[in-house]
Amino acid sequence: MIYAVISLCAIGIISAVILYFVAQKFKVIEDPRIDEVNEVLPGANCGGCGFAGCRNFAESTVKAGNLEGFFCPVGGNTTMAQVAAILGLQAVEKAPMVAVVRCSGSRANAPSKYRFDGPATCFFAHQLFSGESGCPYGCLGLGDCVAACKFDAMYMDPETGLPVIIEENCTACGACVTACPRSIIELRNKGPKGKRIFVSCVNKEKGAIARKNCAVACIGCGKCVKVCPHDAITMENNLAYIDFAKCKLCRKCVPECPTNAILEINFPLKKEKVAGAESKPEAVEV
Amino acid sequence: MLKTFKLGGVHPAENKISSHQAIREIALPKRVFIPVSQHLGAPSKAIVQNGEVVKTGQLIARGESFISSHIHSPVSGKVFKVDEVIDISGYRKQAIIIDVEGDDWVETIDRSDEIKWEVLLSPKEIVDKINLMGIVGMGGATFPSHVKLMVPEGKTIDTLIINGVECEPYLTSDHRLMLERGEEVLIGAFILMKALRADRVIIGIEQNKPDAIAHLTNLCDKFPGFSVQALKVKYPQGGEKQLIKALMNREVPSGKLPFEVSCVVHNVGTAFAVYEAVQKNKPLIERVVTVTGKSLKEPSNFLVRIGTPISTLIEQAGGVPENTGKILSGGPMMGKALVSYDTPVVKGMSGIVLLPDQESVRVRVQNCIRCARCISACPMGLEPYLLAQLVAAEEYESAEKERVMDCIECGSCHYTCPSGRPLLDYIRVGKIKVGQIIRNRGKK
Repeated sequence: MIYAVISLCAIGIISAVILYFVAQKFKVIEDPRIDEVNEVLPGANCGGCGFAGCRNFAESTVKAGNLEGFFCPVGGNTTMAQVAAILGLQAVEKAPMVAVVRCSGSRANAPSKYRFDGPATCFFAHQLFSGESGCPYGCLGLGDCVAACKFDAMYMDPETGLPVIIEENCTACGACVTACPRSIIELRNKGPKGKRIFVSCVNKEKGAIARKNCAVACIGCGKCVKVCPHDAITMENNLAYIDFAKCKLCRKCVPECPTNAILEINFPLKKEKVAGAESKPEAVEV
Repeated sequence: MLKTFKLGGVHPAENKISSHQAIREIALPKRVFIPVSQHLGAPSKAIVQNGEVVKTGQLIARGESFISSHIHSPVSGKVFKVDEVIDISGYRKQAIIIDVEGDDWVETIDRSDEIKWEVLLSPKEIVDKINLMGIVGMGGATFPSHVKLMVPEGKTIDTLIINGVECEPYLTSDHRLMLERGEEVLIGAFILMKALRADRVIIGIEQNKPDAIAHLTNLCDKFPGFSVQALKVKYPQGGEKQLIKALMNREVPSGKLPFEVSCVVHNVGTAFAVYEAVQKNKPLIERVVTVTGKSLKEPSNFLVRIGTPISTLIEQAGGVPENTGKILSGGPMMGKALVSYDTPVVKGMSGIVLLPDQESVRVRVQNCIRCARCISACPMGLEPYLLAQLVAAEEYESAEKERVMDCIECGSCHYTCPSGRPLLDYIRVGKIKVGQIIRNRGKK
């Protein structure tokens, strides 16, 4: 009995000594700031910054020595200010962004012509055909973006069949942007008080073809380009695009669009007309 | 006992309704739509201008890369424009639209019915001719045929297999071709054999076509080295690897081509097209298409020009029945649902199948009950349930290890699943994703 106890203790002590020396020999000296930076990061591990998780982001910022090109979309400017304070660097300020769904092809606007009963993933449906409405650029409505969102910031509207983004929850991590096989979702400037104007269509087909499948498609008529006083709108492949960096939110383009493809979000009510996703009465004929 | 492949396979209802209908030629349509991408590989480049007058058989789109194919005008008339039309893929793709005026053929094409037996060209000239005439695999995969005739260095071919299996339910175009154009098919096979410097030709035909087997066996006497082999009816016997296994008992290694086991497989449709190209100077501008369906008035086999809208064919077969739920290009196992009546006939379209409502919807998907029927059915020896699970969980690396890329997309797993699980759909997603991963790896 006594021998057993003694030998066990001896083994323990010898192992401890060996482990101590091994630990000394293979010691990794880590910058303590990595832990500090990691502490202030949100810990969502969403990959929105372009790095593999928060820890990787922290390591990279400490190693880089400046904060250019580093931005945590989830934490935003406040988190980046904290990181900058820890590292004694200058934070790069960025305007807050939000994900925007650039398709208004709801069940009413773009009625279904076909029925798809395969597995409910957009990626697969996109490989197979142009979609139930026939628009080869529009939302397939099977929710790959919603499945990709880690912040509960999206849901599928059962009525329209389109994804809806809950602004308060959206961190602009960009997971939905990569998940969408048709690149419908874009990260745009959140704008003052959330006000923003964008073309809610990504269809590059000729106007007549695009209109056949969807009532609110951009037909590439170019009226908005002409009316824009700030040169913020460009027209490429029959599709208008509003550059949010140049847009001054004057709203001149919105009534000009014959198909109501340009949406204004979070603007106050304007003379009995409800601003927002609802289509306006009678469009002007081209 | 009849030969067949050993691993897996299923036996769907044959439904060869149109097998007694002789091939009929139909009137030219008013306008044809010729997609520039009708084959595997790079799309061809249109070389005609709007308003240009073209003759039947004239080159209108050139295949410019190694794996590509030339496209010839199937009609004579004026090029209306080069625009985008909805093709089999369900998307708008570039196509040449021609307004038909008369039927004026290029002079060099021999249009007589006389059978030309003598093959004068050398193997090299044959391959060039087949390339020039835009011949692609007519079984459905549309792989450019001349590429399949270029035997890689260090390899020799001992056997050319002619695929007359037609294992897809409903389709009968190859069956009719063998019956009505048997001589031409065999001469085509002889030309292919010469090009490959092979010693023998085996024509594999499933037992459910006894008339075709008897007819070709008779004709084979004229050709030394030719034989017809009857095969047990089993899907997917028409798959290249399955057919080689069934006839030769040789196994093509994973990820390799049939060259590896000294075989080459060509479809009977391809053999016929090769005959016309080499002996008659005629490019691939028409093909036999089966138009069939249980409710269709007159299921038929048509000889049609490429680019004819499928609506014309369905009209000729008695119009769209009221209860139609789905229109497929190809058979019900591997075919693809079409989204437009204006979809043009392309080089690889062997049939149009109109399925009634109740047969065109999928059954309700239930949980996997671990019955392993999909494993017994898979002709490639894969585990479809596992692959589907791995893909659903986005475990693409594991799916690659489980040989997802070996899947031939025959659909036997989905067909046999008692829970109606869309196994093949997931595997297809996996194949695309794993393919991307492999390509990216190659870049690095």
